[in-house]
Amino acid sequence: MYVSPLREPLIKGKKDYATVTREITKPMAGKPGKYWYLGITLAIIAALSGGIATFLTIWYGIGTWGLNKTIGWGWGITNFVWWVGIGHAGTFISAILLLFRQKWRTSINRSAEAMTLMAIACAGFFPLIHMGRLLLGFFIFPYPNTRDVWVNFNSPLLWDVFAITTYFLVSLLFWYVGLIPDIGTIRDRATKKVKKFIYGLLSFGWTGSARHWSRHESLSLILAGLAAPLVLSVHSIVSMDFATSVIPGWHTTIFPPYFVAGAIFSGFAMVLTLLIVARKAMNLEDYITVGHIESMNKIIIATGSIVGVAYLTELFVAWYSGVEYEQYAFLNRATGPYWWAYWIMMTCNVITPQLFWFRKLRRNLVFTFIVSIFINIGMWFERFVIVVTSLHRDYLPSSWSMYSPSIVEIGLFVGTLGVFFTLFLIFIRVFPVIAISEIKSVLKSSGEKEKTTK
Amino acid sequence: MEKKYYKSIEEYIPKNGSSEIKKLIRDKKEDESVLTSPSNRRDFLKLFGFAIASAAVATSCEQPVRKAIPYLVKPDSITPGKANYYASTYFDGNDYCSILVKVRDGRPIKIEGNTLSSVTKGGTSARVQASVLNLYDTARYRTPMVSGKESGWETVDSEVISKLQTIKEKDGAIVLLTPTVISPSTLAVIEEFKKTYPTTKHIQYDAISMNAIPLANKKTFGKEVVPSYHFDKAKLVVSFGADFLGSWLMPVEFTKQYAAGRKLDEGQKEMSQHIQLEAGMSLTGSNADKRILLKNSQQKITLANLYNKLAKAEGAQQINTPASPVDVGGLAQRLLKAKGKSLVVCGANDQESQTLVNGINYLLGNYGTTIDLYTPLNLKKGNDAEMAILINQLNNGEVSGLILCGVNPVYDYYDGKNFLSGIKNTELSVSIADLKNETAEECTFLCPGHHYLEAWNDSEIKPGYYSLSQPAIRSIFNTRAVQENLLNWAGNKTDYLSFIKAQWEKNIYPASGFAGSFYEFWNKSLHDGVFEKPKTVNSTVTFNGNSIASIQVADLDANQVEVELYENVAIGDGRNANNPWLQELPDPVSKVTWDNYISMSASLAGEKGLMEGSLVKIDNTLTLPVLIQPGQEHKTISIALGYGRAKAGKVAEGVGANGYLLSHFNGETLEFNKTGVQLDMAEGEYEFAMTQTHHSMEGRAIIRETSLAEYLENPASGNEMHKKIEEHHISLYKEREFKGHHWGMAVDLNSCIGCNACVVACSAENNVPIVGKEQVKLAREMHWIRIDRYYSGDTENPEVVRQPVMCQHCDNAPCENVCPVGATTNSKEGVNQMAYNRCIGTRYCNNNCPYKVRRFNFMDYTKADAIPANTYDPAGMTVDLKRMVLNPDVVVRAKGVIEKCSLCIQRIQEKKLDAKLENRMLKDGEIKPACAQACPADAIVFGDLNDENSKISKFFKDERNYHLLEELHTLPSVGYLTKVRNKEA
Repeated sequence: MYVSPLREPLIKGKKDYATVTREITKPMAGKPGKYWYLGITLAIIAALSGGIATFLTIWYGIGTWGLNKTIGWGWGITNFVWWVGIGHAGTFISAILLLFRQKWRTSINRSAEAMTLMAIACAGFFPLIHMGRLLLGFFIFPYPNTRDVWVNFNSPLLWDVFAITTYFLVSLLFWYVGLIPDIGTIRDRATKKVKKFIYGLLSFGWTGSARHWSRHESLSLILAGLAAPLVLSVHSIVSMDFATSVIPGWHTTIFPPYFVAGAIFSGFAMVLTLLIVARKAMNLEDYITVGHIESMNKIIIATGSIVGVAYLTELFVAWYSGVEYEQYAFLNRATGPYWWAYWIMMTCNVITPQLFWFRKLRRNLVFTFIVSIFINIGMWFERFVIVVTSLHRDYLPSSWSMYSPSIVEIGLFVGTLGVFFTLFLIFIRVFPVIAISEIKSVLKSSGEKEKTTK
Repeated sequence: MEKKYYKSIEEYIPKNGSSEIKKLIRDKKEDESVLTSPSNRRDFLKLFGFAIASAAVATSCEQPVRKAIPYLVKPDSITPGKANYYASTYFDGNDYCSILVKVRDGRPIKIEGNTLSSVTKGGTSARVQASVLNLYDTARYRTPMVSGKESGWETVDSEVISKLQTIKEKDGAIVLLTPTVISPSTLAVIEEFKKTYPTTKHIQYDAISMNAIPLANKKTFGKEVVPSYHFDKAKLVVSFGADFLGSWLMPVEFTKQYAAGRKLDEGQKEMSQHIQLEAGMSLTGSNADKRILLKNSQQKITLANLYNKLAKAEGAQQINTPASPVDVGGLAQRLLKAKGKSLVVCGANDQESQTLVNGINYLLGNYGTTIDLYTPLNLKKGNDAEMAILINQLNNGEVSGLILCGVNPVYDYYDGKNFLSGIKNTELSVSIADLKNETAEECTFLCPGHHYLEAWNDSEIKPGYYSLSQPAIRSIFNTRAVQENLLNWAGNKTDYLSFIKAQWEKNIYPASGFAGSFYEFWNKSLHDGVFEKPKTVNSTVTFNGNSIASIQVADLDANQVEVELYENVAIGDGRNANNPWLQELPDPVSKVTWDNYISMSASLAGEKGLMEGSLVKIDNTLTLPVLIQPGQEHKTISIALGYGRAKAGKVAEGVGANGYLLSHFNGETLEFNKTGVQLDMAEGEYEFAMTQTHHSMEGRAIIRETSLAEYLENPASGNEMHKKIEEHHISLYKEREFKGHHWGMAVDLNSCIGCNACVVACSAENNVPIVGKEQVKLAREMHWIRIDRYYSGDTENPEVVRQPVMCQHCDNAPCENVCPVGATTNSKEGVNQMAYNRCIGTRYCNNNCPYKVRRFNFMDYTKADAIPANTYDPAGMTVDLKRMVLNPDVVVRAKGVIEKCSLCIQRIQEKKLDAKLENRMLKDGEIKPACAQACPADAIVFGDLNDENSKISKFFKDERNYHLLEELHTLPSVGYLTKVRNKEA
């Protein structure tokens, strides 16, 4: 296939298939470095602090949090939405970009999908732990019972249950199906018996036969077809937790698209945060090139601009609606006691990504890394602004109140960050961070070597 | 032939039946072989499984031991699951109320108003509602004590009697110190005691004294009494700092009258006008049509000027006085216009001020119409001068025996320290008290008294208005009635019940004109709780003009800061400070719970460089935090009495500071106002536990109000938007229809004065948990009904509006559709219900409730949670003793579930079943939720919206009716009637 010589190669260096395999599996071989140990120790400590916070929450109740009679959701739901949003990049990359035949996705899809899984696991934790009676949480499943009770299908929270579990299962399947050929490769390269046996089991007897490849490809496409609508539906449903309510600042029809754009926006930011570090630490600069970073930055400009427009639309509609409660809710966001959260959100999500219009900046790794952190923070604050500032001053001023998180809530958030990074650090040790087989499939068409020989 | 059913196969099969069937029946031999054969694998597994399962069950699920002992012989009057009501009377020396006691399974659990009383007419107050919890207070004295050691009644009796005898023999003085006694039988007991010990002197002492009123009446009319007042007959009420709706004399009676004079719901076209001149914002002042800021120290000058204006108009003699700080010309004119239909009252405990008030009312011809001197209130008989003398005598060693009955001067007398040293000077000090207190702890003999719900008593609140108290439970502890102690020590062995009966038979029955026997008379009075035979009154009064002429009014330095000590709605004089229901009750004005504080105007705080929460030391006596109070007079600070208890039990101790220390005796009466106080900033900052922190309505149409003039022109004034919104109620969905009942509630905002009686009643009825100061600071109070209070207008002297808010029971409820498990649903009768067992605590309903009436159990407040050792119970409400007050008809909610107002569904159900059993329709007004029952202003109406003729339907059709946030189309079943103010045009 002809590729324009102007087009940047997706894989740098003159590599053959063997080099690719060797280089990508290299971080998995031998003992991990000291930074890996340092990282996982910190991550596990963070995860354990989350464990203590979880225990306190279950034992003493939600009273260990900073919530009150007016504000029923705080950091818990903020974190939930944030983590779900982060997960969206992985699915977007692996499903939508696959369907649109974007070759550059092959370098990043594996790690992005892994991130999706871990993020959904962290996200799923919050709706559970924020329940007042976690031990009776199984009530949310529509299981047959003798008590003649049934779940309420009108409730967006119930939709959430289905959306999140579906999303997790499809993502897991997709990720794992993609892993199978690579697990086969690792199995074949393993020298130790135990390792060979375990990877042998995990590879489901992959032999690399044409029939296997054919089935693998068609299953991948089917799963991509399934996952693609999930990119749009999951966060739409999460947004309905708010949009179907009567609370000013929540009751907004723009929420589904606005949330989906925001989710992809924040997801790409998290992918960038992780990969800019990972490519350096794992010597994968040839595979995850500046070109890849730039492509992701372009998506960030696009989604970031959608988010920005959505923010402004909300303000406009609040004014245009003529509803005093709606108008006050948005005035209060920008100028009320939580004005700082609103302006952190505005700065991080609307202003900073616009700097990526400059090619130099979007190809600057340090700058991109800083902006990606900004976006992570900004998108967390977006959810905080939506959840807390809408609730703390709603209809009756007599019930207005303030919220600040307790140490337990902070512990839970830190705990999920700890779990996320622990899992990610384990992931990079046991599975190839880049999809070897998929890279090979684009090596000839988009690798540097092929082009120069042409 | 009759069909025959066989019982077993053997029976069915004929003896010579086919062998095939017989084979099916295992023969005996085979059975034996099974029994004797060694067990096989199957059996082993079965037994193994059973053993494991039973061992697991037996060891893992420890069954708590629950004691439920059935009656061996069931008492006639008790049906398990049915409550009994006994008429009784609440009187604690300060508040009077005729009540019904609800008793379930032998335990008093709720107080309700007694509608048969023509004095309190079924009304109650927060304190009366809360009094049932004192019965189960862990700080009650449980057994007699001598010098701090537990003892028995025999020891105490013999020692006290022998000491009394010694004192009697050497003619030593004995003083019997009680609060105001309104019980004729108790007075007779005291007479008996005096007969045996003739050197006894009975002194009555009121912690919050009103001695000035009887003194002034003695001076002007020669009658040392507190008169009755008729606020309902007054077209114009002018109050100089008298908080008659909250704490002054008879707030329950006055609220009934006041509300009656201001109702507009049944086509009334008139309502009274209320003008309040006061320094601190009181409950009464916040309800006034016009509120004028006036220092307490300037009341006398203002009254004198007002008197002069009226005297001039009436041609009476004027007195010398400096000019009034506020213009009284308009006030005088208005009063003159309402001659004979006006009422001027004054809260100061200052004889000359009260004399001037008498003069004013006399000039206005209010005696005989709005003031009744001939049917006086038997309240506030405390004599301040006698008390002052007593303290001197005690310290001079002139008193040998001191018997204290239900008084606590060590705490609530300004000179408590000297009273304490005086107690130590006596040979015999006895305290009869039910609740732990500072004074009883210091007496040699401590005789635990009954709680009023354990005791017999009678009272005569006004001449001829009798009421009875009867025990609703056998005494829980080793306690004895005050009267029985005194009778016993006087050598009279009769029990108090027989004594009362004898008294009634001798004194009341003959004059009663009752047709039946005394037995019948007694039973009827006991059943009704009251017996009323007003004595015929002589309505002419003779006024002693000299009393006014002698008054000297001096000019005062207006620049000094003065402190006003007041009685708040919840804690009162402090005797009930250990009651967590009252401590957690938000103040009707400031919305602060669990504290007293310095109410200060923003201007004074600015002058002194203070902020809300700054700690200030007053006169080097007590340190309290500052609360910026809108409507506070610039140079006056106000402090609630009753706080700062040192020895009162877990709940009260450490809450606030003792304001009594700032009161003083002026040679005639106790004064609760002090000018020229010094304020010093103290270290530290303080955070209040407030239930409402935002005070503006933000221009929203939450409480709709209008003025009387506008209302008369257009009954829908202030509420014009209601019709408009109703017209715009268009929905894609079919509106729900309610066949049968459709319950609704309406609140007349014009009647509601914000007294909080409903809040306590609701807590008692529905087992609402107490969360404590720290949780209230976190905004987690659990009250199912709250009273929102907003300020409007002038920040120096704002207008106040109030609105009780409970679950609105929306027909289109936002909370219902968001619950993932369907734990909250709308009943067939329009009640929004909570299934606590189904709730998993997502709190989505709470977020989505526009009225924010849902309450979440953040902690295990009730000890109902399955996880051990996680109870959060700062007020000790989960101890077995206090749990006796729980209403068995209402589930105690565990940690992690949402709860809220149920419209007292248990009461609805009870009355429905009653009607069904009696095969009749429910009557309108038969069902009364706890809040509506408790309301002294009859502001809350409950009933069936499907019943065209019900009161609630009439309210809903009233043009003043609107629904809270009705534009949201939540279709609430609760309505509000607009507030109408009688402002001058």
